[in-house]
Amino acid sequence: MTITSIAELVETASSHDLTIGALVRKLEAEETGLSISQLDEKMKKRLEVMRDSVARGLQGMHSKSGLTGGDALRMAEALSRGTLINAESLNSAMAYALAVAEVNAAMGRIVAAPTAGSCGILPGVLLSVGEILDASDASLIEALFTAGAVGAVVARSSTLAGAAAGCQAECGTAAAMAAAAVAQLAEGSPHQCANAVAFAFKGLLGLVCDPVAGLVEVPCIKRNAICVAVALAAANMALAGIESVIPADEVIETMGLVGRELPASLRETALGGLAATPTGKKLATELLSHE
Amino acid sequence: MSIFDIIGPIMIGPSSSHTAGAVRLGLAARAIIGGQVSRADITLHGSFAETYRGHGTDIALVAGLLGMSPDDERIPNAMEIAREQGLRIAFHTGDLGDVHPNTAQIELVSPKGTKRTVRGASVGGGSILVTKIDQFTVDFTGENHALVVSYKDQPGIIAKITSLLAAENVNIAAMRVSREAKHSKALAIIELDQPAPQKSIAKISQVPSVDTVIVLPPHIHGRGGMIHDNNIHCRTR
Repeated sequence: MTITSIAELVETASSHDLTIGALVRKLEAEETGLSISQLDEKMKKRLEVMRDSVARGLQGMHSKSGLTGGDALRMAEALSRGTLINAESLNSAMAYALAVAEVNAAMGRIVAAPTAGSCGILPGVLLSVGEILDASDASLIEALFTAGAVGAVVARSSTLAGAAAGCQAECGTAAAMAAAAVAQLAEGSPHQCANAVAFAFKGLLGLVCDPVAGLVEVPCIKRNAICVAVALAAANMALAGIESVIPADEVIETMGLVGRELPASLRETALGGLAATPTGKKLATELLSHE
Repeated sequence: MSIFDIIGPIMIGPSSSHTAGAVRLGLAARAIIGGQVSRADITLHGSFAETYRGHGTDIALVAGLLGMSPDDERIPNAMEIAREQGLRIAFHTGDLGDVHPNTAQIELVSPKGTKRTVRGASVGGGSILVTKIDQFTVDFTGENHALVVSYKDQPGIIAKITSLLAAENVNIAAMRVSREAKHSKALAIIELDQPAPQKSIAKISQVPSVDTVIVLPPHIHGRGGMIHDNNIHCRTR
């Protein structure tokens, strides 16, 4: 994709009366020489893998390390028992996000979106909102292109690597992608999608990457579920017509700058944050002594 | 950048660098030895050495050696599949020196007894860099079509190889030549814009003092898509 900013995405999409997703799919077709239907087919494969990973995770998956697993099932059971506070799509979105993140930790098949560590957020939000809106596969696929466009802009103007800018770059970007995708799915305008991106990042600026024992498990899996809430809040604020005072592109740039100011201990080195807690250190020692 | 680099790749978790990238390193090593592997001694360095069990890096490397792509659901069972297929594997952790933290060195033996050493790094997002083949320093991503040519250093060999490629209208994207010493063993990695036709490969293998020509398929780094043995040709004079 040649577009380098959210502003350019919004402007170009609006002037052609297209959604952001439809615009970037058109651009991708021009760049690759593939047809729109070939691109849709390729994205549909990803949508199917996302669905499969949700279904698999809801059965209850456990990681090899034994640190994590079974929380998606726990969440889904509580949801069907009716013991949760009613939050509409949020509860199922959290169960789905946990499911995908647990499948990832258990060496199952997932779609990195944008990374493996943050792979639960986009399918969690998109598939649960899609069910509630009774959305067609075609509109889910178009929303995935929107999510991809947002991630591509972040990759260009900032970073997607936890090692470079902390979890805000991974789960933060995933939440922004998901927020824009469902804002579009709920028939929000390209401008509203941009506001959703800004809100999601604002809620997650400074989020550190501090994996216990260096594994993509604690706190990554639960952070996927929490970021689902941020994404839905961001999308709904945008759909309500709330404006971001700081434009999305400036927020994205800020994410990268904040990331550079984070100490190395909080950038995927497992030396700080939750990894450096007494329990985190104890678990790391236990896991290493197993080896 | 493609949208499918963001929504993707489809992969087996948990980590694009420590799992998907490791599968690709295994695939690259398999391609470089020309397909089947019967023995592998693998040394893990840095972050690979520290966290390989938790991330399944060891399993992922073996899956790649078996020819599985990064999204193959058999990856978690790669160790058992390797055992069934008689692939013998040993893992070591060690310090490979001043190299990328996610580096693995794979010493391979083919069923015919050919030995090769491949060193590579998983540099993020599932991308890899092959940094050493045998004693030779190399530097390629496995994204392009490529030829790995072993030969004895002499004036004019490279000129012959490149003119044989030019004759078939094959464009060279990048090339790196290294040698042990003057007139001694040498290795050329020739990255190509187009696949080299079978005819030119045959002619290159017949150039005097060329030992082996190995054809690497593109997208060892690629997204999905199993590398089949029939895509890898190994010619020995």
